Amino acid sequence: MWYYEKKLEYPVKIKNSCPKMARYVITQYGGPDGELGASLRYLSQRFSMPTNEAKGILNDIGTEELAHLEMVGTMVHQLLKDVPVDVLEKEGLGAYYSDHDHAVYPVNASGVPFTAAAFQSKGDPVADLVEDLAAEQKARATYENLINLAQDPDVIDPLRFLREREVVHFQRFGEALRIVQNKLAQKKYFIKKPY
Amino acid sequence: MDKYSNDRESLMKEIMAMDFTLYDLNLYLDTHPCDGRALMLYNLSVQRALMLKSMYQNMYGPIIQNCFTSTCPWQWIESPWPWQKGV
Repeated sequence: MWYYEKKLEYPVKIKNSCPKMARYVITQYGGPDGELGASLRYLSQRFSMPTNEAKGILNDIGTEELAHLEMVGTMVHQLLKDVPVDVLEKEGLGAYYSDHDHAVYPVNASGVPFTAAAFQSKGDPVADLVEDLAAEQKARATYENLINLAQDPDVIDPLRFLREREVVHFQRFGEALRIVQNKLAQKKYFIKKPY
Repeated sequence: MDKYSNDRESLMKEIMAMDFTLYDLNLYLDTHPCDGRALMLYNLSVQRALMLKSMYQNMYGPIIQNCFTSTCPWQWIESPWPWQKGV
């Protein structure tokens, strides 16, 4: 189970709204390489991991991704806060506004709603961990694209934090993969009970 | 910003930093469970984080679910939520 802590993992304090940036950042909320997908991927895959290290790393990174989901949601919320409808429309958020007003809804940058089809839970620990390594790299690349699009240091700062976490997670998944492969490569001994 | 919210913010920042240390060590220990130095640092940081959090909760209200007692009315919903702008 989980407990809520009434704080963010890292501060998000965006003073100036910017609907255009909200539209880009939201892809890390509900997009294919976003935090919701990452969290559900790891928290689903953990059930079929063969070692305690791999179970632990998927459980704990899956949990941290929920904290990142909250940070990204906070960024979108603060970037959209109090923006008048005509400005939203001018900045390309007319379609978003008609369905969601100023609310936060999981979509990608082109407005396609979140889908679990963007990730797998294969039951094969090597296949799953290799997917996780790729997922962290894709998320890192997305954060780099978002940093390139952003101007406001209030937006860039949390994006940089989130990007760095992807790098750490990639490292930890690499270690978990090595541990799992070593275990799978061990010789198996079967002892027959004498009658 | 008044002094009250300044103090509150800097204490919260310290808690965030300590929790970050813990979280990063937690992930490291998941794949290096026998690293004694990391374990020692983890154990020390747990103590420090607990102390800071109980100090914060006594002064500014609850932040950890199931880890505080409340006066009436229910304190959990009194303090601002972390996503609110200008908090």
